[in-house]
Amino acid sequence: MRGNRTRLTGYLLLVVTVTAAGLAFSRAAAAAGSPEKGKTAYVQHGCWQCHGFVGQGGVTGPKLAPDPMPLEALSAFVRNTRGGMPPYQRAILSDADLADIHAYLQSLPKARDYKSIPLLNQ
Amino acid sequence: MARKDPGPKVDRRKFLTGVAAAGAATAAATMSTPVARAAEPAPAPRVPSALPPSMHVAQAETGTPREPARVPGIPGSDFMVDVVKTLGIKYLPANCASSYRAIHESLINYGGNKQPEFLTCMHEESAVAMAHGYFKVAGKPLMTLCHGTVGLQHASMGIYNAWCDRVPVIVVGGNDLDAATRPPGVPTFHSAQDINALVRDFTKWDDTPVSLQHFAQSFVRAYKIAMTPPYGPVMISLDAGLQQEPMRDHGEKPYIPRYVPTAPPQGDSGAVKEAARLLASAQNPMIVADRAARTPNGMKLLVQLAETLQARVIDQGGRMNFPRTHYLSAPPTAVSNADVILGLELSDFWATVNSYTDNAGNGGIGTNSTRIKRDTKLISISSVELNTKANYQDFQRFQVIDVPMAGDAEATLPALIEAVKQAIPNERKAAIEKRGEAAKKAYAEGHERTRAAAALGWDASPVSTARLCMEVYAAVKDLDWSLVASEGNVSNWPNRLWPMEKYHHWLGRSGGYGVGYGAPASVGAALANRDLGRFSVSIQSDGDLMYAPGVLWTAAKHKIPMLSVMHNNRGYHQEVMHVQRLSNFRNRVANLGGDMGPVGTSIQNPDIEYHKLAESMGWWARGPIKDAAQLGSALREAVKVVQAGQPALLNVWTQPR
Repeated sequence: MRGNRTRLTGYLLLVVTVTAAGLAFSRAAAAAGSPEKGKTAYVQHGCWQCHGFVGQGGVTGPKLAPDPMPLEALSAFVRNTRGGMPPYQRAILSDADLADIHAYLQSLPKARDYKSIPLLNQ
Repeated sequence: MARKDPGPKVDRRKFLTGVAAAGAATAAATMSTPVARAAEPAPAPRVPSALPPSMHVAQAETGTPREPARVPGIPGSDFMVDVVKTLGIKYLPANCASSYRAIHESLINYGGNKQPEFLTCMHEESAVAMAHGYFKVAGKPLMTLCHGTVGLQHASMGIYNAWCDRVPVIVVGGNDLDAATRPPGVPTFHSAQDINALVRDFTKWDDTPVSLQHFAQSFVRAYKIAMTPPYGPVMISLDAGLQQEPMRDHGEKPYIPRYVPTAPPQGDSGAVKEAARLLASAQNPMIVADRAARTPNGMKLLVQLAETLQARVIDQGGRMNFPRTHYLSAPPTAVSNADVILGLELSDFWATVNSYTDNAGNGGIGTNSTRIKRDTKLISISSVELNTKANYQDFQRFQVIDVPMAGDAEATLPALIEAVKQAIPNERKAAIEKRGEAAKKAYAEGHERTRAAAALGWDASPVSTARLCMEVYAAVKDLDWSLVASEGNVSNWPNRLWPMEKYHHWLGRSGGYGVGYGAPASVGAALANRDLGRFSVSIQSDGDLMYAPGVLWTAAKHKIPMLSVMHNNRGYHQEVMHVQRLSNFRNRVANLGGDMGPVGTSIQNPDIEYHKLAESMGWWARGPIKDAAQLGSALREAVKVVQAGQPALLNVWTQPR
């Protein structure tokens, strides 16, 4: 397989899709995001499976929190991803739920500086 | 087959004939009553579902069988023990079974239960996995015994793991071949024409000896084949008759062949020279090692080669190949910059230089892409090319290699190092040194990023896998520790953060990814570490433990100290994500059925109390620990228990990965 495939086309397509989907995303839903509901939705929709219960990430998925990406970008990625993460269409994850999940991720506190954690400086 | 000698008949036959006669009489007595009643004109009274035992039944069930006459002469199985003892096999983990009762008796009585010492196991898969884990510490194989049919079927997954992980295990299955004389009923259910066929696809060699002399040759040959790289499991079918019959009192006494190790195969000298030329002239050579270091010396050789070239090393972790603290240690992504890649005993060269994404692309079969530059040259040294079989697909996808060598990597490294030294032109030496400086900078930056990532979710509940691993490390770091298993995927934190520098710091994984390896393999490895005075620690996943938790009892029974820290994420997490992925591809909401993961993938409601399970089998245990702040003190207490000689388990609720 080496040398026989370029991913450029895929990336360009994703950028276009991200922009379009971001514009289409309901700003009303974003404003209504509830961290409490989002915490429940985060578990119900399986986000925790790859990203951990507090969005810390791991080998199976990148960190989502603290400092999550903007809601529009998150929405575009979640709806259209073609990578290791399967896409979530609106039929299985509503805009409202996604906004709640984003609000939950935004509510998570900053991580401690690893230099202040003795176990990470052994 | 093995009963050509018409000499003294084994009295077990007479005994079994008696039992059969008693059984038949019992059956006749039981059956006669309703038949007789059917002939009577009046309706028979209601017969209770369980009749009181007749005299015959009572005798058959509770009576003491007639003492069989002692078989004259030296039992054949005593000679078999003599053969086994010549090879210095220290332990024999096994689940007892009648088809090997004769050699069992010889081992513990005639052999004094030493070299090998019988270890009571509660599942044949556990016995094989214990031998698997033991070898990766001790470098010496163990043998196991099992029923040739039902026991071997239980053992087969463990044997497949050993096959894929290139680990020698000597499996001996009892089997009663002679259909004319073997006991009817259960022993016949437990017999087969060719028990070895069950595991032939994933063993290096097998045999069915038909005489004691044949056994001696077969056993020594099996040991020799298993211990010649590429290592692997071997299988011997051991006839029950051959075990039980006495040695013949005529002719010469069988001899025991001397074991002389076979030198491992080396890569072709011309190919070694060409590989050295490519590596020496490369701008950015990369070394990737999976099972390259068979011994601690393999690590030293790999460091020598890497430093000679100032080439970064990606250790895929099949064994402890390269110190994690060395500045040339590199993450898997580093492969993208290479212009020459040397792969050493890679189990999957294709996936080293390509990636597969399990998405909806390509009509739903996923997409493939390359990780490397178009003109990157690939070199491979692998002994597995000498031992490929057709059926099971452990040889992985086909990858074109520019310089492929069928040979053992560790055995080839000394010649390759010398060839590289000779091939490096003087004018390249400054550039090579400069490459090393760049590697030091990349290593330091990578280590910083890793620690920052570990800090995320540090105080979360359930406990983050990074916190779990670093709390464990803090508890054992001042001891001569050995991480005997790390199952269930903890985001690879031990390999990313623990300063692993010794061969026994990391033992690799199962090989075949058959779940259920972690618990028994860690007990086997802990057994070897016990004899070497080391401290064994295991990160034990929940699903893995529940395949055959009886191995906890084996550890307590045989006083094998180890610290087992549960990575209890309450699910078969790999499958959690698979079912979620398929649900999304099909645009369906995953049915959770009241659990956290899709139906069929969670281990909750009820939650298993692993600490109580372990405690019931003689372990010191505590849990469930859900608050990370409580983990450190619990670990310190557990370490003291283990140092006093008892196995200890902490049940920790963890984040998924």
